[in-house]
Amino acid sequence: MRYILVFVASVLAVPVAAQTGLPPAPYADQQLADPAKEAAARDLMEELRCLKCQSQSIADSNAPMAGDMRSQVRQRIAAGETPEQIRNWLVERYGSWVTYDPPVTPMTWPLWIAPIFLLIGALWLARGRFRRKKDDS
Amino acid sequence: MNRWLLWLPLGLFGLFFVAVAAGLMIPKDNVIESKMVGKPMPAFSLPAAIEQRPALSSTDLVDGKPKLLNIFASWCLPCIAEAPQLLELEKAGVEIHAIASRDRPEDIANFLNRWGNPYSRIGSDATSSVQLELGSSGVPETFVIDGKGIIVHQHIGDIRKENVPELLAILREAQ
Repeated sequence: MRYILVFVASVLAVPVAAQTGLPPAPYADQQLADPAKEAAARDLMEELRCLKCQSQSIADSNAPMAGDMRSQVRQRIAAGETPEQIRNWLVERYGSWVTYDPPVTPMTWPLWIAPIFLLIGALWLARGRFRRKKDDS
Repeated sequence: MNRWLLWLPLGLFGLFFVAVAAGLMIPKDNVIESKMVGKPMPAFSLPAAIEQRPALSSTDLVDGKPKLLNIFASWCLPCIAEAPQLLELEKAGVEIHAIASRDRPEDIANFLNRWGNPYSRIGSDATSSVQLELGSSGVPETFVIDGKGIIVHQHIGDIRKENVPELLAILREAQ
């Protein structure tokens, strides 16, 4: 009996407050016919940040606006734009915030420099270790 | 080995702990401002969202007078909160055009019947394409556009009582 109730409840359940009543944009969840173009679109989607759910890429997000962005990306790729053109189009509007592949600017260069510094630091530490071993023997 | 160096890992851990705790406790500022402020309105053309109001295209926004472009949706709660302020702005003589984001005509009509309709034109943006053109990342948002069609200001979130004089001042300056 309980299982039947649970089943009935789950069938009757409707979202209480959907974010939007409209269906997703045409290419939000539909792949492009050309596999090469779809792959290019897919790669770009993974590097574009969702505006609503800010820690996800638009490829990962279920937000309606992320769907709209995916559709834009696919349509623009299908129309012959390059991924870089589409990325720049978005960066022009939202700033480099929107891309997960940030360009080197006065704000972001520490991000790019940090790994090099860490590597140099690690090598320096390792060098100290090796030398001490030699001294001991 | 320097014995102070022994404390370095603990110190680093302390820094790490403080950074994480601060990240958890300080509320995140998630506002993404449009980079289109200061630039001309991108060209667009949207179909009418409801029967009672004409459609909206970018050329309607360039007629020598500064105006507001409000992005709203019937499914958006803060849009209800800002409705009285939009009506107040309209009463003050401001022309307000609107973009309805991902919305159905009947829902928009219901929303406007219930909360008032301050809009002269309403375009329906079913796939957020114009929102993306504008660098807008949500609803509600309001853009101030000067007479030449340059976007001079973006207000993110609902318009509160205290924002009305601010917006009126920006509109006056955009004259």
